[in-house]
Amino acid sequence: MNRTSPVKFYQVGSLAVGNRLVDPVECSVQSDVERTNSLTSGHRACQGCGEALGARYALDAAMRATKNQLVAVNATGCLEVFSTPYPETSWRVPWLHSLFGNAPAVATGVSAALRAQGRTEVRVVGQGGDGGTVDIGFACLSGMFERNDDVLYICYDNEAYMNTGVQRSGATPPAARTMTTQAVGPEPGNAFGQGKDVPRIAMAHEIPYVATATVADLRDLEAKVTRAMDMRGARYLHVLVPCPLGWGAASCDTIRIARLATQSGLFPVFEAEHGEVVATTPIRRRVPVEEYLALQGRFAHLFRPTRRDDVIERLQAMADRNIERYRLCEEAS
Amino acid sequence: MDKPFAVTLDVGSSLANKTGSWRVERPVYVDLLSPCNNACPAGENVQAWLYAAEDGSYEQAWRTLMEDNPFPAVMGRVCYRPCETACNRGQLDEAVGINSVERFLGDHAIEHGWTVPVSAEPTGRHVLVVGAGPSGLSAAYHLRRLGHEVTVRDAGAAAGGMMRYGIPKYRLPREVLDAEISRITAMGVRIELAQEVTEVLTLLDRGEFDAVFLAVGAHVGKRAYIPAGEAARILDAVGVLHDVEDGQPPLLGRRVAVYGGGNTAIDVARTAKRLGAEEAVIVYRRTRERMPAHDSEVREALEEGVLMRWLATVKHADVGRLLVERMELDETGFPQPTGEVDELEADALVLALGQEADLSLLDGVVDVAMCDGAVQVDGTFMTGHAGLFAGGDMVPAERTVTVAIGHGKQAARNIDAWLRGATYVPSMKQPVVDKTQLNTWYYADAPHAVRPRLEAARRTTTFDEVVEGLDEDTALYEARRCMSCGNCFECDNCFGVCPDNAVIKLGQGLRYEIDYDFCKGCGICVQECPSGSIVMVPEPTERFTDLDLLKTVPTHRRPPIGDMADHSPNRDVRP
Repeated sequence: MNRTSPVKFYQVGSLAVGNRLVDPVECSVQSDVERTNSLTSGHRACQGCGEALGARYALDAAMRATKNQLVAVNATGCLEVFSTPYPETSWRVPWLHSLFGNAPAVATGVSAALRAQGRTEVRVVGQGGDGGTVDIGFACLSGMFERNDDVLYICYDNEAYMNTGVQRSGATPPAARTMTTQAVGPEPGNAFGQGKDVPRIAMAHEIPYVATATVADLRDLEAKVTRAMDMRGARYLHVLVPCPLGWGAASCDTIRIARLATQSGLFPVFEAEHGEVVATTPIRRRVPVEEYLALQGRFAHLFRPTRRDDVIERLQAMADRNIERYRLCEEAS
Repeated sequence: MDKPFAVTLDVGSSLANKTGSWRVERPVYVDLLSPCNNACPAGENVQAWLYAAEDGSYEQAWRTLMEDNPFPAVMGRVCYRPCETACNRGQLDEAVGINSVERFLGDHAIEHGWTVPVSAEPTGRHVLVVGAGPSGLSAAYHLRRLGHEVTVRDAGAAAGGMMRYGIPKYRLPREVLDAEISRITAMGVRIELAQEVTEVLTLLDRGEFDAVFLAVGAHVGKRAYIPAGEAARILDAVGVLHDVEDGQPPLLGRRVAVYGGGNTAIDVARTAKRLGAEEAVIVYRRTRERMPAHDSEVREALEEGVLMRWLATVKHADVGRLLVERMELDETGFPQPTGEVDELEADALVLALGQEADLSLLDGVVDVAMCDGAVQVDGTFMTGHAGLFAGGDMVPAERTVTVAIGHGKQAARNIDAWLRGATYVPSMKQPVVDKTQLNTWYYADAPHAVRPRLEAARRTTTFDEVVEGLDEDTALYEARRCMSCGNCFECDNCFGVCPDNAVIKLGQGLRYEIDYDFCKGCGICVQECPSGSIVMVPEPTERFTDLDLLKTVPTHRRPPIGDMADHSPNRDVRP
């Protein structure tokens, strides 16, 4: 074949999971039949669970990056409950669960123990939902950051306490309906101006690496996990994982909704090192927030019985602020 | 019982928990009909040969193409590309340059001398094909591949029919045509030239041939009465093109008027320019929008400086000048005379008012029905006379090379079945995939660096073959723009996006399988399949188990991201 000016163009580029035209070494971990399947079949997550998907994506990538030398420490939450109903387990990685609020501290301990044994090639991942990370485990997480412990902590953010029945967390977005923020009164759903932006709080600790990702962009998520496993010290990855049950969305729309979250600007995807943003994933096809909101029952009260343009505009303003802050509409990051 | 304190059960895997029982709907892989395949008059499996071309398997691509059409290099130059009009990618950015890739494959095959083997057992049957045009040669090719003896007879001095005598050289170089015809004769098809067939039935009745396929085309220019002075020079378009091909171009003079609005009118006007005419004017009684000529040809003609006189009819022809009456469209869109008459200088007037078939070879054949100068055939291309088939321009259909080639293929299949005493049953058509069934998010945007080069190559001005065909890189690029509508192209999305690891990857070329033990029926694989090759169907029940029937249930799919809005990231999305 004439290779003088090869055209590097593939039907689906790197947007799809794999591609028969691309060299296997350039394909995603998930396209590999030999992938670990860290979280294997038979788990009891709901149909279309974003968290189950995100956890497998992240841990499979971490397993490849560490040549299978990995220990995972899990906080209490959906991910723990649906994967380990006694005596079954879905985990195909060494896996530890202690309490709801102490996963970062336990991960620190595992890391310290391995170091004491001289087994520094074994790496540690701490993981939990937004409840265990943003609220209940937050003190432990902040301590882990402050000490710069050699742990990658991954938060699978589904924006509420889904395991216990959809209660508001510090990661629940404004206007969203949860069991504890009902869609009643003049300002229905979760209040504006509250909640925590943990990626930015993590950046404020000036730890080596902070990144956000979603289940809608597999290659980006895998690249970030791989990059994090190349580094030592405290690292934080915040992954948006839509929850069909808690968000009132169709189970088939999990990835689509995550994609809309990024394309609307509501969920900025970026990387930061030592407190500074070093890269952002630009928006490819910008959409109004309405396209994202309309697919979710937790925002249904913004459209029915009366349309709440005022609230939708406030959410749009949040998206616009993100777009400006992270320069999401610029060609290259 | 030597378990640790407080542990009473052995550790088990969740694989014991068959979550497939949760399911009420299940994903099923399908192969649907891509719009390009559906639109192709020659019945090409466009999606399949583009798929082969995408990884550089050009020979396989060409062989897939040759299953349906023995003239890829010709097609890649003269086809009007209904496939590209139908292409779903046209609604995303720009249709895939299917025709350019076809031309690349056709030229590549000629360059490499690829041939088609005849592997079928000889049937001992002998079929006569009358007419060596696209339809006749296509039928001959397909009949030969099915193991029949084939003889083609043509009245002309060279094979090719309208491909040679109707399409000017600047659109179809004769080396290309000759190469593709000689590939057919190399398969054992006998072509007898300068042999006019008159007694069709005698040949059949004497048992010389077991079946006859008539494909004599439509070579006789339609005449119209135009009052003319004695010395006025009036010619017929088909004759002009034929004479040019024979190397005896007629004298047309400095200024040539062409009367008519079809593709032949355009061909003659462009040919006249090439023969040295300073001015070529097309006189047509309606407007450009209503012209039957294809848009690309009109555009090219205008680019070459051919003049157009819309809404005009020729009233009178005289030496050096024409009288032309201005027309007006009435409310039904029909041109009406206005009485205003202009003079138009023209040394010659060429009539391009359509063509008719010369059906004199059927004189006296009582059981063949004719209507409006065309032979009537049934769904199997058989005339009223058993064993006598007809196709191409002489039967009622759109008159293009591609349609004729398609007729040849379908007739061949029906003739083959008839000779075996059977009926040809075409395979059932799958539903056609439209854009809403695709998830276009996943298709990569065409890199800007390559586009200008491609656009130049994709241009239709194959004038004097000035614009080269695609080179290998651009052909590969163009093939890869195919979205593979309705047919799995192994992107691994279903394998990757399943939260339950319930998709099994079977390996290259083998696609995937759903593991129904664990599939919960969430439908993410269906939603995220770029090409719409997975559909959700109700779970079969004891009472209703026919999955094939379930697959025909229309499934709803949401439009891909950004389809409701402008794709530009910088667009202000607020009202």
